Amino acid sequence: MIKLIGIEKIYDSAAGKVHALKGIDLHIARGEIYGIIGLSGAGKSTLVRCINMLERPTAGKVFVDGQDMTALTESELRQARKSIGMIFQHFNLLSSATVYENIAFPLKLSGTDDTTIRKKVSPLLELVGLSDKANQYPAQLSGGQKQRVGIARALANRPKVLLCDEATSALDPQTTKSILDLIRVINETMSLTVVVITHEMQVIKELCDKVAVISDGVIAERGSVLEVFTNPRHDITKEFISVLLSNELPAAFRGNEISQDRTHGSLLLLRLIFLGERADDPVLAEMIRTCKGLECTMLFGNLDEIHGVPFGRFIIGLSGEDEAINGALNFLSGRDVRVEVIGYVRRNPAAVD
Amino acid sequence: MFAEILPLLTKALGETVYMVAVSMIIATIIGVPLGVLLHTTAKGQILENVVVNQTVGSVVNAVRSIPFIILMVAIIPLTRLIVGSAIGTTAAIVPLVIASIPFIGRQVETSLKEVPAGLVEAALSMGATPLQIISKVLLPEAMPGIVSQLTTVIIALVGESAMAGAIGGGGLGDLAIRYGYQRFRPEVMLATVVVLIVLVQLVQLVGNTIAKHLDKR
Repeated sequence: MIKLIGIEKIYDSAAGKVHALKGIDLHIARGEIYGIIGLSGAGKSTLVRCINMLERPTAGKVFVDGQDMTALTESELRQARKSIGMIFQHFNLLSSATVYENIAFPLKLSGTDDTTIRKKVSPLLELVGLSDKANQYPAQLSGGQKQRVGIARALANRPKVLLCDEATSALDPQTTKSILDLIRVINETMSLTVVVITHEMQVIKELCDKVAVISDGVIAERGSVLEVFTNPRHDITKEFISVLLSNELPAAFRGNEISQDRTHGSLLLLRLIFLGERADDPVLAEMIRTCKGLECTMLFGNLDEIHGVPFGRFIIGLSGEDEAINGALNFLSGRDVRVEVIGYVRRNPAAVD
Repeated sequence: MFAEILPLLTKALGETVYMVAVSMIIATIIGVPLGVLLHTTAKGQILENVVVNQTVGSVVNAVRSIPFIILMVAIIPLTRLIVGSAIGTTAAIVPLVIASIPFIGRQVETSLKEVPAGLVEAALSMGATPLQIISKVLLPEAMPGIVSQLTTVIIALVGESAMAGAIGGGGLGDLAIRYGYQRFRPEVMLATVVVLIVLVQLVQLVGNTIAKHLDKR
């Protein structure tokens, strides 16, 4: 549906040339919800604006539904934009127009007659749950309601693509969730391709099918959300994920020296990641049964779900004879579980957890 | 005595209102598009054009820097060409219009600048033409500000029309100078000032009310 090929964007600024995008290639399939995550200044907002040519790329090609956006004339481009809806962080609603008039705005631009507009706006009001607010002005609405108006307005032309530029960044977590749910619903019911720009990993996790991590104008990492979450490779990705999934050691071990060699009284800490149906297999119980003389302490555990796929993360501490510990490592390597050996760490004597 | 001044006052007030109203209407018709031009051709705006912007901007600045009383005298030939005479209430309208156009232009430009750039971007993302952005986004969104600014222009016009009166334009300024100053009738001067104060208060009140009514923010 959307194909970006070799996108470059160079700005002239007072401080000299800024290379905002450095050769971005991106393919987004029809009906997909594709997340693009990055820190502010990473180039994600510029990238999404290249899709509808609000920003013209310095080099590269943009195809939306097979149409080369970079080759269109101004008036062809205006036409093409009508099939690409966009919502914004600060909603960008007309303050002088009512909710109804805001949603009707794109239709007015196309010269649609009032009867047709009414027929199209009413179901949209219902879809976003604002039928009773039709005659209110944006200033009378909450942030979440304003974004709902923004979504309804973006859908008025029945677009094929919806671009969301930090659409939930100005909203509280509760409202964010309801907006994300709404976007998922319209993605499914209208078979809309959705591009989501965000700096919040939560949004990616709850909404997106695929994700690209953009850093310093290049895509550092991309893949299905499950893949990227369970096996992040790039540091920036790990950092984003750590906001949701803490990578810290339990308090009793935090700050203590981690060594690769065994020292007296220390535990070998392992981080285990279970994925999919295997997440609830009794792997640990079996390990303890198999490896005689092994002591296993559960230090941290978390079971999560990404798009219905269970995803478990545990930190365990092993102690016992070398033989037992090696046996345990051997046992785990033969199972469907990802093992990361943290090292030998001494328990903080003061901790009583 | 009051009975004697009253007809003078009413006539003068009528002339002032006539000068201000006609000047304001003509100046608005030209000044608002000028303001739109100044705003939309600026850097980063929808019709960005540095040459047009700077040229028009310089002319606006030049006219605005001429004191009204000098402008009035300087354009007498033009006034004569347009209305056939350089004296009289109607003739006063020409310099009033010319002085007000760049004033309105700058005021409207200021109001348009207040419209968040995101709104223009949103309209662009929906495929709006520049003309649609001007008529359906910029002007409606800036309208409360424009009304407030135009109110200020009207009040400035009341003051300038008094100056125009000094060269035979009639109106309250003319009355105050001829009766109050040249014939030593302080009570006429005082009455004129009172009428002017009431007039300005009224204009401001109406302007504020309309602006407030339009402002849905």
